[in-house]
Amino acid sequence: MAPDLTEIWVYLAREPLSALTMTLLAWLAALRLQRLCRRHPLANPVLLAVALLAVGLLVTGVDYRSYFQGAQFVHFLLGPATVALAVPLHRQWSSMRSAMLPAAVAILLGGMFAAATGVGFALLLGAPADVTASLAPRSVTTPVAMGIAERLGGLPSLTAVVVLCSGVVGAAVGPLVLNWARVTDWRARGLAMGTAAHGIGTARALSVNMTAGIFSGLAMGLNAVATALWLPVLWRLFQ
Amino acid sequence: MTGAITTLLVCQLAGELLARALHLPVPGPVIGMVLLFALLLVRHGEGGEPPAALSQVADALLGHLGLLFVPAGVGVVVLLHTLATNWLPLALAVGGGTLLSIAFTGRLAQALLLRLG
Repeated sequence: MAPDLTEIWVYLAREPLSALTMTLLAWLAALRLQRLCRRHPLANPVLLAVALLAVGLLVTGVDYRSYFQGAQFVHFLLGPATVALAVPLHRQWSSMRSAMLPAAVAILLGGMFAAATGVGFALLLGAPADVTASLAPRSVTTPVAMGIAERLGGLPSLTAVVVLCSGVVGAAVGPLVLNWARVTDWRARGLAMGTAAHGIGTARALSVNMTAGIFSGLAMGLNAVATALWLPVLWRLFQ
Repeated sequence: MTGAITTLLVCQLAGELLARALHLPVPGPVIGMVLLFALLLVRHGEGGEPPAALSQVADALLGHLGLLFVPAGVGVVVLLHTLATNWLPLALAVGGGTLLSIAFTGRLAQALLLRLG
């Protein structure tokens, strides 16, 4: 019996099929957990699924590279999903064109402020260069942020985690901060959430107010494009 | 549906090629997104509806966007040491940085919308 089990285990640990299946199962479990927590903003399904799988890998001793052999099929879809962001942007384009100029300026400066605070805290506390570079694109939606981090010499996996956590914090506490800062315009509230907390912030904004959600989605998309353009250029200048 | 998926992949591929050929600092998929957006504006105008299949595929992908981040996120298992040694700058940047950015962007956007919007 024992040799058979070893054989099965070797098969499971090596085949992409099991890693892919585990990823989907962890995702479904995370969604269920989120519902159990009554969709509390801190019970973020991405964070929960990552935690489940990370603990699973550490417990079973399967290394990340062999896990990724299977999970890369899901990971691959990030590229097409980024391209697909053009569809909702196009859908909402006409309804927000009149506010475009002030929105674009706020998104651009807000994105720069977000990158500067991340890099600033890292430099102040003497973090190594690769950690600093991973923090710079923190406010940008994950697929784009990972691409930027790679170009800056950061660690894309660390960026993924940092971006997720920023989104969760922003979505959970952001509305309170906006109340405290007396930001009452729904458009401005949405722009702030989308610029600083990307898709996770946008999901929260959408659940509160439609106008805020639409502007948050716009901010997420524009901030991704703008930061991808200016951050690598400025980064090279300051090196 | 095959057409819609092909549209997304063609835009992404064109973006990747442009990024490499012109040495652009922008990730290929972002250029692909801009290309698709321009294509939709040209072909379907400002208020127009994109093809139903493209809308469906885009909504399906974006509706499960969270799942797509999971494999990269699990990469933390190789970064536990980095996380443990740099927890303070990471926590401050993520927590403080994000909340400061929300307050800053919100105030700025509200002032600008009042004056220009």
